[in-house]
Formats: sequence, structure tokens, C-alpha cells
Amino acid sequence: MPREAQNSFLQSSPSSPEPASLPAEDLSTNSNGPKPSEIMLDGDREDLFAEATEEVSLDSPERDPILSPETTPAVTPVTPTALIAPRMESKSVTAPVIFDRSREEIEEEANGDLFDIEINVSDPEKVGDGMNAYMAYRVTTKTSLSIFHKNEFSVKRRFSDFLGLHSKLATKYMHIGYIVPPAPEKSIVGMTKVKVGKEDSSSTEFVEKRRAALERYLQRTVKHPTLLQDPDLRQFLESSELPRAVNTQALSGAGILRMVNKAADAVNKMTIKMNESDAWFEEKQQQFENLDQQLRKLHASVEALVCHRKELSANTAAFAKSAAMLGNSEDHTALSRALSQLAEVEEKIDQLHQEQAFADFYVFSELLGDYIRLIAAVKGVFDHRMKCWQKWQDAQVTLQKKREAEAKLQLANKPDKLQQAKDEIKEWETKVQQGEKDFEQISKTIRKEVGRFEKERVKDFKTVIIEYLESLVQTQQQLIKYWEAFLPEAKAIA
Amino acid sequence: MTTTLTEIKHLPTLALLVCCEYLAIFKKTVAMHEVFLCRVAAHPILRKDLNFHVFLEYNQDLSVRGKNKKEKLEDFFKNMVKSADGVIVSGVKDVDDFFEHERTFLVEYHNRVKDASAKSDKMTRSHKNVADDYNRIGSSLYALGTQDSTDICKFFLKVSELFDKTRKIEARVSADEDLKLSDLLKYYLRESQAAKDLLYRRSRSLVDYENANKALDKARAKNKDVLQAETTQQICCQKFEKISESAKQELIDFKTRRVAAFRKNLVELAELELKHAKVTDNF
Repeated sequence: MPREAQNSFLQSSPSSPEPASLPAEDLSTNSNGPKPSEIMLDGDREDLFAEATEEVSLDSPERDPILSPETTPAVTPVTPTALIAPRMESKSVTAPVIFDRSREEIEEEANGDLFDIEINVSDPEKVGDGMNAYMAYRVTTKTSLSIFHKNEFSVKRRFSDFLGLHSKLATKYMHIGYIVPPAPEKSIVGMTKVKVGKEDSSSTEFVEKRRAALERYLQRTVKHPTLLQDPDLRQFLESSELPRAVNTQALSGAGILRMVNKAADAVNKMTIKMNESDAWFEEKQQQFENLDQQLRKLHASVEALVCHRKELSANTAAFAKSAAMLGNSEDHTALSRALSQLAEVEEKIDQLHQEQAFADFYVFSELLGDYIRLIAAVKGVFDHRMKCWQKWQDAQVTLQKKREAEAKLQLANKPDKLQQAKDEIKEWETKVQQGEKDFEQISKTIRKEVGRFEKERVKDFKTVIIEYLESLVQTQQQLIKYWEAFLPEAKAIA
Repeated sequence: MTTTLTEIKHLPTLALLVCCEYLAIFKKTVAMHEVFLCRVAAHPILRKDLNFHVFLEYNQDLSVRGKNKKEKLEDFFKNMVKSADGVIVSGVKDVDDFFEHERTFLVEYHNRVKDASAKSDKMTRSHKNVADDYNRIGSSLYALGTQDSTDICKFFLKVSELFDKTRKIEARVSADEDLKLSDLLKYYLRESQAAKDLLYRRSRSLVDYENANKALDKARAKNKDVLQAETTQQICCQKFEKISESAKQELIDFKTRRVAAFRKNLVELAELELKHAKVTDNF
């Protein structure tokens, strides 16, 4: 097995010539997922892809997943790992055929970005008791794409499963320039309340917020043509049993490793001074920076609106009760009745406010939150490009050093060491070539991804804001009805 | 840098905002004054008061002096005494059903108006907060619209405009609610307090009358200072009857006025709310 791993490493080349094609190689790229042997998959077809999700890393050949018993942590590696050519080419003849068919199908639809796939996350259900309890969500997929076994299927997943999926996708695709949609955030406080079993409105709200966020996350992920083809994603959607992604826990060993890596990343970013030869990238980065700031401001304002509207709702309800009491103690009959009516109107208005607050939040505020996190992912992708460039530069520097060393050895006339030097030069020449190729590739991918992201963003915002404005208009229309009903009562006071 | 530029562009609307707020407060104050003056003018006795005439007719500056410290202190003590006395006096049961009923009614009504007034104030304030939020959202959207490179920028600018309009309306709703509902309740809070005070004065005078009666009986029994006691008793009696008569009238008037004021304000409130809701509907 290790030998084969070596072979695939040597033949690695991230070639995806045409922008329109969805490279099949990506499917076989590194995955820090659970061992294929542990996965209970239904259908023979899955086995072909299973082996493709092995991890082969430049720097840690000992982490060959097929052999090692422990689960490899889902860690974002500091050093980018190279792509490997699809291993299935050496395994079976039938595999590429299946690939092509599905690739074409998705390619066709990619042009309109209309995939016939619909995902729903529903029925949150508490499983277990006490601190080991968790919420299970039903993930239902409806699709006509042939890469899936059935047209309609559903599975039960828990929150850490979603995090695990995101982790795998991010590891595989972010360092080559793909913008992977971020998963919803963890919330220790929220989850603890649910575990403890508080059946109050705040924990139901929390669960609903999470359910909606998970749904949006999956919908965004499957909209991405490349990610849609990923076997891990398919496994997530289809297979009834999923190995537990323990390493997504914040306080696990992997979690701490993640934090350390993040810190190292931050430091590295500060020290990399890139000679940006492409103005497009500089412009885009600046734009995203501005957009980030603006969205954060807007998000804060909308959150304040949600808060104030909830307050308004509570105060309106309180006033309604008070007006009813006043109506009761009023001894003039017509006025008393009018006051009771006023109380009723205000109660109805309170309901309206509650619904509006709901819309404020779920429609508007959450969208903004999602996009702030997405932009962080975009920035991450730009950072990967920087690291890629750095690696290429480092390779060039090393090559230079090797050449100088060789020159020195030439003069010193040590033939045995000279050969080794020449070999090393060859090796580093290849690395420099590879580095340049990688850099060009990631730059190209990012351009494409950013273009797609912008289109999606425009569409998303327009849809959501229009939906939100419609909710505002609807509220006003209801208000008209209520006050129109009240007016004659007020006039009737004699 | 760019953010400050967009904020400067938004300045005319800021000035407009301040203008609107000022107008709202002005409208409110003016309305209160008007109600007060109308009240005085409608009262059969108060309308004849010289001070009132001077106030209405004197065409030069009135130069009214505010209360100085001594007077404020006096007021404070007077209030203390009054509330202490009020407690004592309220224990006395009234012979007259009308007044007994009024007293029970007023005490309960006053408390409930107080509660309603407070809750209405809170509600109005929340409305204002929402309007302020709309304002901030509008300017954020405006900033987004001016900075965005895609074709969504025109969309953002349009939405920003919409939020601006919505904000204006919410601010007006809040101001009108304040004017028609909160102020009404506040006014009747104080009116009901004034009515309670009137009842207190009458009860006080009743107690005085009863005390004078007791004193007269004692004097007659001892046959000492009978004439003086008789005079005191008669004065108290007259005072009591007079105050009872005017109090009755005042309380009846109070009810009529209250009903009319509530009717006027509730109708106007409903009409204004409708007007505002319909404007938004036209978006």
C-alpha cells in the first residue's frame, strides 16, 4: 500500500485545463476523513470512491490512513498538500465512465447554475439524556441527478456531523482556491441549555435558529458545482450511518492543534510580503475588506432592530393588558367598551410585531451573518494563494542555493557529492515548476470562484431583501385592517 | 476615508431628522397648552379669574417668576402634610352614596391610568427605537450601495431610500402615539389625581364639620362657649355643603370631559395610524 501511495504522489499534477470542466481529480484529493474500512456504505459504486478519499500528504507519509487504526484529525494543514491523480484510474475501468456521465450532467446545469437538488433540514429531535444528549436533524434530499442512488432520501445527522463535513471539504478544497461555505457556529451555552432539557422559548429558538442555519449551509454547499461532486458530501447526504466526527470538538486534541495552526497561520500571514503582479487580486482583496466592514455594521444595526422590535412587542402586550384593566374600571359603558377594543387591537398588533421580529431575524439578520462568515472564507482562500506563492518563492531560493552548492563542488572536484548535488538540483527544479503551476492554478480557480461568489451574492441579497420588504408591507396591511376595525368603535363613544 | 464621505453626503437627512424631532416635540407641547387653556376657559368659575384674562389679553411680556427655593420647600411640606392627612381622612366613610362611589371609582381608576400611562410611554419609546434602527440600517445600506462594484449597488440605494421612508413613518407613528395616547393618559393621570385631591378636601371639610358638631354638643353639655361653637359649626356646615355641591358638579363634568377627550383622541389616533399604514402600503 505505501508503494502505491508513493506512485500516486509522483504522478501528481493538478491539471484542469478548461475552466468549464469540473476536474475529476478533485474528488480524489486528500481527505482527513475517517478510514474507508470503517465506513458502512451501501452500494458497490461507493467503494470506488472510498479509496479516493485517502489522504496522502507530502510531509507526513506515515499518516497513511488505510493502515493506521486511529482517525486522522480534521486539521487544516499549514503546508499545502499536493493533489493526487485519481487512484481509481489504476483500479477499475468502469469508474471514469460513471464520472464522465455525471460530470457532463453537472456541467450542463452549471452553465445556468441550476442544479436539480433540494435539501431540507427538519424535525430536530433530542436524543439521549443529560450532558451526552444531542439534537438529531433530518436531512432530506430531493434530486434527479444521477450521482445519487435515489431521487429522494433522508438521513439523521447531528451538529458535529455537519462540522465534520465542512472540515473535510475545507481541507480538500480551500488550499487550491475554492470558496467552501462555512458551517454554522458552535454555541456551548445554547447546546448546554438544550442538553439540560430546558423546554423554554429560548432553547426552542436556539434549535430553530440552528436548524435554519444548517439548512442554508447545505443548500449553499450543494450549489457549488465542484463540491457537489465530492464523495464526502454525497456520503453525508446519503448514507444512513456516519462515523462520528469527534475531532470537531473544540477541546479535543485535534481542536487544540487547530487553534495552534490558526495562530501559526496568522503569524505567517503577517510575515509574507507578496509581490502582487496581478492588480485584480489586490483590488478584490480591498473590495472584500470594505464589504466585510459594511456588512458588519449593517448586521449590528439589524440585530439592534430585532432586539428593539422584541421590546416593542413586549411593551405593546403590557399596554394591552393595562388598557383592558382601565376599560374594566371605566364606568362609562361606551368608553369602557372602546378601551377594551383598544386593548384587543394592541394585542393583535403585538402579535404582528412578534412575527415581524421573526422575519427581521431569520430573513435579514441571518443572511448578513452568513455572508460575513462567507467573506472570511473568501479571505482565507486569498491567504492560501499567498502561502502558495511563498512556497514557490522558497523553492526558487532553495534551487538557487543548490545551484551555488553544485558550482562550489565543481570547483572542489568531489565527483560523488557532485552527482548528489545534480540530483538535488533536478528535484528542486521540478518543485519550482510545480510551485509555479500550483500558483497559476490557484489564481485561476480563485478568479472563477470569486466571479461565482459575486453572482450568488447579488442573487441572494436581492431575493432576501425583497422577501424582507414584503414582510414589512404585509405587516402594514394588517395594521390597516386592525385600525380600520377599531375606528368605528372609537367614534361610537357617546 | 470613503465612509466619512458617505456620512457627509447623508448630512441633509440628519438635519431633516433633527427638524422632524423638534417639530414633534413642539406639536406635543403646544397641544398640552391648548388643552389646559381650553379647560380653564370652559370652567364657569375659573374663566372669570382675572389672572386668566391677563394671560390671554396682555400683549406684552408677562415676566412670570418661577418658584424660588423657599416656595418650593413650602410646596414640598404642604404635600407631605396633605398625603399624611389624606390617609387619616380617607378612613372616614361618607354618608353620601354618590361621593362614596366616586371615591372608590377614582382610587381604582387613578391607579389603572397610572399603569396604562407608564406602559404607553414604554411602548412609544420602543417605537422610537425601532425608527432609529431603521435610520441606521438605511444609512448602512446607502454606504453599501455607493461602495459596491456589482449591479447590486443601485438596488441597495433604492432599498436605502425605502428604509428612510419607513423610518420617517415609524417616527411619526411613535410621535402620534405619544401625542394621542400617552399624553392623554398622562393628562388623565393628573386629572384623576386632582379629582382625588378635591375629594380629599371635601372629606377634610366633612371631618371638620363632624368635629365641629361634636364640639358643639360638648359645649352645650358643659354650657360653655356655646355661641362660638355654634358659629364654628355653622361655618363648617356651609363650607361642607358648598364644597359638596361644587364637587358633585366638578366630578360629573370630569366624567363628561374624560369621555369626550378619550373619544377625540382615540378617534384621531386610529385615523393617524391608518394614514401612516396606508402610506407604507403604497411602496
